[in-house]
Amino acid sequence: MHESKLVMVGVNHKSTPVEIREKLAFTASKIEESSERLASSGEIVEHIIISTCNRVEIYARVNDHDLGISSLKQFVADFHNLKYEDLDHYFYSYRDYRAVEHLFRVSSSLDSLVIGESQVLGQVKDAYNQARSLEATGMILNQLFEKAFTVAKRVREETSVSEKGVSISSAAVELARKIFEDLENHSVMLVGAGEMAELAAKHLISYGVKTVYVSSRTYNRAVSLAETLNGSAVEFEKFADEMHRADIIITSTGAPNFIISKDMIANAIHKRKNKPMFFIDIAVPRDIEPEANDLENIYLYDIDDLQSVVTANMKEREKEAVQAMDIISGEVQKFNKWIESLSVVPTIVELRNKAEFIRKSELDRTLKKISSLSDEDKSSIDQMTLSIINKILHHPTTKLKKQTQTEDGHHYMKAIRHLFHLDD
Amino acid sequence: MAKIAFNISVVSYLAASIAFFVFLVHRRGSLSKSANILVAIGLVFHTAWIAIRSAETGHGPYTTTFEMVVFFSWVVVIGYFLIEWRYKIKDLGAFVIPLVFLFLFYSVFLSRAHPGEQSSEMLWMTLHRTLSITGYGAFTVAFAVGLMYLIQEHQVKSKKLGIMYFRMPSLEVLDTLNDKIIAVGFPLFTLGFMTGAIWNMKRDIPFYSWDIEKIAPLIIVWLIYSLVFFGRLTIGVRGKKAAQGAVFGFVLVVLTYFMHI
Repeated sequence: MHESKLVMVGVNHKSTPVEIREKLAFTASKIEESSERLASSGEIVEHIIISTCNRVEIYARVNDHDLGISSLKQFVADFHNLKYEDLDHYFYSYRDYRAVEHLFRVSSSLDSLVIGESQVLGQVKDAYNQARSLEATGMILNQLFEKAFTVAKRVREETSVSEKGVSISSAAVELARKIFEDLENHSVMLVGAGEMAELAAKHLISYGVKTVYVSSRTYNRAVSLAETLNGSAVEFEKFADEMHRADIIITSTGAPNFIISKDMIANAIHKRKNKPMFFIDIAVPRDIEPEANDLENIYLYDIDDLQSVVTANMKEREKEAVQAMDIISGEVQKFNKWIESLSVVPTIVELRNKAEFIRKSELDRTLKKISSLSDEDKSSIDQMTLSIINKILHHPTTKLKKQTQTEDGHHYMKAIRHLFHLDD
Repeated sequence: MAKIAFNISVVSYLAASIAFFVFLVHRRGSLSKSANILVAIGLVFHTAWIAIRSAETGHGPYTTTFEMVVFFSWVVVIGYFLIEWRYKIKDLGAFVIPLVFLFLFYSVFLSRAHPGEQSSEMLWMTLHRTLSITGYGAFTVAFAVGLMYLIQEHQVKSKKLGIMYFRMPSLEVLDTLNDKIIAVGFPLFTLGFMTGAIWNMKRDIPFYSWDIEKIAPLIIVWLIYSLVFFGRLTIGVRGKKAAQGAVFGFVLVVLTYFMHI
């Protein structure tokens, strides 16, 4: 039976600890080597190997599902000189539409450690391009992967699965951009020159912040950090007087008590005629009196607030992932229809061939018996039998083509093959 | 003809409002696009209605309450499109277009009769009403933008970032917009107020006979918007206060309207 049998075998961060995953990784050169071995195996018609730090997966078109899956697993074990028995329980494997769905989930970053991260799509694309250049793929896998990229694009565009920041500094930048529109015309002041503050400042600068002030108890440290950030140093004794110049203030001193009081902030906002200020207090113990958040046009987030934003964002992404699954299921169905419409063509050809074979042999037998016919008569009879067959087959074949577009189309195909004895 | 055009525009705005609300929940780009197409269809028929009505009566839509409400809603839609075109705030429609629908739906219950006879001093009346109605239109949009600001501000302040947090524009954009709209609306409203006074005087309506109950709320409205307008430059009325001003001012405008009729 001519069918496109798809399987996938893999391990990922959920199924397998990193100690095992790293042993199973395929580098680019290893993929080249393995492609030759897989191509010569006879079981595997097309294949693509995806290997990232979180997953190793092989997608393949095979002649037989079970044989295909076990030979892929065996191959992974052999290739890395490991025992199949030791690895078997780490592997997950899917076939046909399940494999398609899994790939769509992976490329849309729904199966990632951090849902919605953007790296994985690039990695899948790289894997696909390499497989193509090694001529390891054919029509089916090419179509499957091209589809996976459009699905990923749809998920990205139609859900907000990758919109929400899932690290402290990305959540802080996101908040800054919800308070101030474009960061280019805004300034940031670092009070305390810790590593975290530096990181957050760099993140803000990458989003366009141009003016940077640095203030630190050790003035030299402030000067050197200001240099690396292309900003200016402010003496620690003076930062409170200068604070109103900055729109975003990141504090990270090691002070045991609050160093910025609500009154100091009230004073600063008054100086700026109520232009909003965003305070990010990443110091522990905190640097800023928390009540300052009650002041109008002041937004104060401490490290716990940011952390809970991150947690909430993670949850939001998971919720969005559910919506993304609707898109994916729809696309999986479309892909299945495409696959099934492929396999209907050979069935129709076989059906016609069979009918033609019967027609020919019956015609020969009959014509041999009747010798009185002229060539013209013979050709009319030939024509007649041909049109009988065409008329009889016309409806079933068009119906079959149509039915394979529906969900239970494969039943029709099976029935036709069974009724007409096409599989021997 | 006019009636058909009117009905089509009301239905279009209703459909657009629904599409905008659904868009708030389901971020399908096609939804906001079709909502805007529906608003555009509404606007075309809305404009057609005004043209037909003006052709019938021989003057602009300023004489009856019905005409004025329809004209006022038209100004709001124009204002919406100007902002949408310039700022591309996708969710503004969800806040503005339902208001337009409500205004028009309300106008259905107003008398469509035309008085026939024309008021004296048509020029001053036209000036007064065009300026005031355009000013009120601006205040309506400022109300919607102010509402969006307050929702967004609440989320950032309370640190509870719901879905609207991600979908709405930044506080800065909303505040700038509030500033610009009121900078247009407030002078128009002020001029409308002044031309209204002139119109009254031209018609020899003595000052002392003006209805204080009707005038007083308008003066309060004027004071609120002038505080928002001048306050920004002088004492830094911005952000939340400015948004609250725009919201409260508009609520008062609506109340004043119902006191007037």
